[in-house]
Amino acid sequence: MLEARGVTVVPDRAKAPILADASISIHPGELHALLGPNGAGKSTLFGVLAGDIAPTSGEVLLHGEPLARHRAKELARLRGVLLQQNAVTFSFTAREVVAMGRVPWSRTPQEDQDEDAIAEAMAKTDVTALADRTVTSLSGGERARVALARVLAQRTRLLLLDEPTAALDLRHHEDVLRIARAEADAGSAVAVVLHDLDAALAIADHVTLLARGRVVAQGPAHEVLTAERIEEVYGQAVDVLEHPITGASIIVPRRSVHGAAARLSAGAPAH
Amino acid sequence: MALIAALTIALVATVVCSLGVGQYALSPGEVAGVLLQAVGIDTAWAPEASTAHGVILDIRLPRIVLGLIVGAALAAAGVLMQAIFGNPLADAAVVGVSSGAALGAATSLSLGLATFGMWTTPVWAFIGGLVAVFTVYWISRSGGRTEVVTLLLTGIAVNAIAGAALGFMTFLGSSASREQIVFWQLGSLNGALWQNIALIAPLVLAGLVAALLVARRLDLFALGERTARHLGVRVEALRIVVIVTVALLVCAAVAFAGIIGFVGLIIPHLMRMIIGPAHLPLMITSILGGALLLAGADLIARTAVPMADLPIGTITAIVGGPFFLWLLIRTRRTSGGWG
Repeated sequence: MLEARGVTVVPDRAKAPILADASISIHPGELHALLGPNGAGKSTLFGVLAGDIAPTSGEVLLHGEPLARHRAKELARLRGVLLQQNAVTFSFTAREVVAMGRVPWSRTPQEDQDEDAIAEAMAKTDVTALADRTVTSLSGGERARVALARVLAQRTRLLLLDEPTAALDLRHHEDVLRIARAEADAGSAVAVVLHDLDAALAIADHVTLLARGRVVAQGPAHEVLTAERIEEVYGQAVDVLEHPITGASIIVPRRSVHGAAARLSAGAPAH
Repeated sequence: MALIAALTIALVATVVCSLGVGQYALSPGEVAGVLLQAVGIDTAWAPEASTAHGVILDIRLPRIVLGLIVGAALAAAGVLMQAIFGNPLADAAVVGVSSGAALGAATSLSLGLATFGMWTTPVWAFIGGLVAVFTVYWISRSGGRTEVVTLLLTGIAVNAIAGAALGFMTFLGSSASREQIVFWQLGSLNGALWQNIALIAPLVLAGLVAALLVARRLDLFALGERTARHLGVRVEALRIVVIVTVALLVCAAVAFAGIIGFVGLIIPHLMRMIIGPAHLPLMITSILGGALLLAGADLIARTAVPMADLPIGTITAIVGGPFFLWLLIRTRRTSGGWG
């Protein structure tokens, strides 16, 4: 559905590329996670896929057509994009912001679904109760969920989400992962930038692991995310373990044991 | 809707009142009589004296109409600028667009240019305003938003440059053009003529129509430019349309009335407080509110001090200055700093 071929990005006045020869393809029904340490080029690759950054070389195809050949309005009906920055300038209400996701469909037959799409998106992201609050009065996490609701209300078959779980509490973090997974299961193509490797292992079909502007590994999540590779890329030792109850693979950073946990394991009473 | 009706009623009342008040006082009935007679309907209300006709139709009416046009234009320009700057403090006078337009107009006068016939002054005002708004826009934005500090500092710089050049033009010009330039800097509706109105009314009308047409799309700018683009807005094209429209509205407002500040700041902000930030209703109510503000301010300018005509720019500044300060403090508090 969405494909980048040999994409290289060299910023103005810079000699070294911040993204070199990256290729990726995102298919319907698949959740594709973009992973990598800070500065690996995830956001750049995301920007290229979203059409915000024009690659120095290489091309991005959507439905086999170069991205630049699609008109802005047409693109907005094909794919929804959630950026990390979701500040809203004036005091629009949460519902008004979600309704903005329906703008691409105005004066089309799909306009009839507006109310339905808005209500459904707000329910999924648990922001229905915030509908009449102004976005400027919401917390960072609430604002992020409103932004996600806006993207879902767009009802596109392709979703590009840049760190949708940042700033979210435990429950909404998991909610958002479930939403992304459910969208893929319903046949959408979903690309997500994530920091949480464990979450990627749990929900992604495919992952692309980036480091220093290059694709280091690409493939099914459990094949790419091995303890050796993660340590090599991130410089942090991890263990890939089996969850004692669910049996799922989990990634745990190796930490030295301190405090209460240390006392517990030593058999001392916790205070 | 209720707000639109209320504003319209207040506007009509203010205009009728303003037409009657002054050295030569007339009752609202007499005013209505004269106006109806002017459009060909004779009523018993019309006063006998022909002075009444002269005072109303040739002196007070053009002045009030100019005020309405200028007020509507400045308020609409304020809404447009706040939308594309993503900042509620953007106003034509604050960021220097008005100064740029005044400089353009003053240049044409001082140098005795007649490049575009009777259109010379408005055209030069347009060029000056366009240069100023482009300058501020390109310098002060980053990532589709404008920080308060950057916007205001850029405004100070642009105002300073335009002010210096304006001073130079004052020095160069003849005593007649000097007087004209000083008058611009203060802002006044005094001496409005029908032919001036005939010149700027089509410009403002075109600008207002453009402003109303783009209003809905401006909502999406509140999400930032990248997101607006992802929702199907052709950001670059819309931005150019808005900037040119702002220059058009401001040049028309400045060409014969000078720099009248804060209208584009106070009115959109008040309307936003009442009806929320959605741009189409905001634009409609701001146009009416801007016209109402200037009609009221002009009434005060003419009547506050007996036998004197205060420059209207000073009236809007007396109200607008403190308001601006209050807005600044509030914006600073809510955004937790100068962001």
